[in-house]
Amino acid sequence: MNTELLFDPLFAEPFVTGLVFAILLPLLGCYLRLRDEWLAALAFAQTAAAGSLLAMLFGLPLVLGGLVAAGLAASLKHAFEGATRGTQGAAYAMLLLLGWGVSVLLVANLPLAERMGHALFDGQLYFTDRSHLINAGVFALLSFFSLYWLSRRLLLAHFFPDFFRARGLSERRAHFAFDLLVAGALALSTMSVGVMGAFALIFVPPLIAFNWADGWHRALLLAVLSGLLAHVVAFALALLLDQPFGPLLGLLLVGMGVLSALLRSLGARH
Amino acid sequence: MSAATLFEVDALSAGYARPVVGPVSLRLGGGEVLGIVGPNGCGKSTLLAALTGSARIFSGRIDKRPGLRISLQQQQAPAIEGIPFNGAELLSLTGASAEGLPPWLESRLAERLDRLSGGQLQFLYLWACLQAPADVVLLDEPTNNLDPDGISFLEGALRRRAGEGASLLVVSHDARFIDAVCDRTVVLG
Repeated sequence: MNTELLFDPLFAEPFVTGLVFAILLPLLGCYLRLRDEWLAALAFAQTAAAGSLLAMLFGLPLVLGGLVAAGLAASLKHAFEGATRGTQGAAYAMLLLLGWGVSVLLVANLPLAERMGHALFDGQLYFTDRSHLINAGVFALLSFFSLYWLSRRLLLAHFFPDFFRARGLSERRAHFAFDLLVAGALALSTMSVGVMGAFALIFVPPLIAFNWADGWHRALLLAVLSGLLAHVVAFALALLLDQPFGPLLGLLLVGMGVLSALLRSLGARH
Repeated sequence: MSAATLFEVDALSAGYARPVVGPVSLRLGGGEVLGIVGPNGCGKSTLLAALTGSARIFSGRIDKRPGLRISLQQQQAPAIEGIPFNGAELLSLTGASAEGLPPWLESRLAERLDRLSGGQLQFLYLWACLQAPADVVLLDEPTNNLDPDGISFLEGALRRRAGEGASLLVVSHDARFIDAVCDRTVVLG
C-alpha cells in the first residue's frame, strides 16, 4: 500500500473536483428529497451519460452533450408537469430506462464509446483534468448563489402550496431553475464521479441528514458533512487499494446510510 | 368597488370539472372579519380556492384591489413526515412573528414539525398565515384539531389581527366560533 500517492500533486485536481461535487450534490439532494423527487436525480444522471456518449459519436464536446441531454430532460419534466402530476415517479423511471438503453447500445456498438462508457459508469475520478475542475467550480458558484435565492421559494412552495398563487405570483420559474441546476450538476458530476457515484452523493447524505437534523439549516450542514466525509475516505481508499472511485464512494455511502438508520432506530428505542 | 373594499365577489359560480359553489356574492372591507358557514360539501373551501386562483370560475367575477396580499391557511397541511423543519423556520418562511404565541407552542418552536401534535401543528400553521404580512387572511376550518383553550386563544388572536387592520375571511362549521369572531356571516348552500 503506497500512502505517498495520497499527497501526489497529480491527484490534487481530481480530489478538489470531487470535493466540489461532495458539497454541491448533497445540498441539491436535500431540496430534491423535500420535493420527493430523488428518482429524478438518477434519471438526469443516466440521461446525461447517454448525452455525453451521443456527443462523442458526433465529435462534439462530451460536457456539452451531457449538459444538453440533462437540460432537455429537465425541460421535458417541467413542460409536462401538469400532465404527469401524480405519476412523476413513472416518468422519471421511463427517462432512466431511455438513458440506460441508449448508453448501453452505444457502448456495445462503438469501440470509442466503450472506454468512455466505462469511465462514466465506474466513476474514474482520477481521469478528470483542470477543465473538469474549472467547470465544476464555476457551476458550483453559480449554484450556491442560485440556491440562496431559490431556497425560500422552494420551501414556501412545499409548506404553503398556495402562497404564491394567492398573491398573484407563480413559483414555476423557481421550480424550473432548480430542475436545471440539478440537471447541470448531475451532467457535470457524472463525468467525474460516474452515474451511480453522483446519484449516491445526491441521495444518501440527505437521507442521513433528514434522520438526525432538527431544522433545515442543520440538515443542509449535516448532508454536506456526510458527503465530504464519504468523498475523502473513498478517495483515499481508491488510491491506496487501486480500486475504481465511484463504486467505493457508493458502497461507503450505503454503509453510512445503514449505520445512521440503525443508530437512529436504537436511539428511538431508548 | 368602493375604496374601503378589498375584494368583491359578484354572482360567482366556481369549481373544478364542474361548478361546486354559487352563485354567491359577497364583499370584504378593511379590518372586517367575515364568516362563511354552510353544510359539508356546499363549496366553502372551493370559494377560498377561487379567491386564490386555484379553482375554475364558471361565471360571475371577483374584483380585487390591485396589489392585494392574500394569506391562505388550508384545511390540510402538506406532507411533513420525515422532513427536518422546525416551527421557528416555518414562521420565518411567511415572515410571521412568534410574538404573542401561546406559551405551550412557543416553548416547542425549535422542535421538528413531525414531532408536534395535530393541534400544535394546526395552530402553528394558523399563526404562520395569520401573522404573515398580508391585507387579507383566509382561514379554512381553523378550529380543526384545536382544544377549547386553543380555540379561545385563536379567537383573541383573530380579533387582534383585525384590530391591526387586516381583513379576515373565516370558513368554519363551528357556529359558536363564527359568532364569537365574525362581524358578518354569509351562509352557503
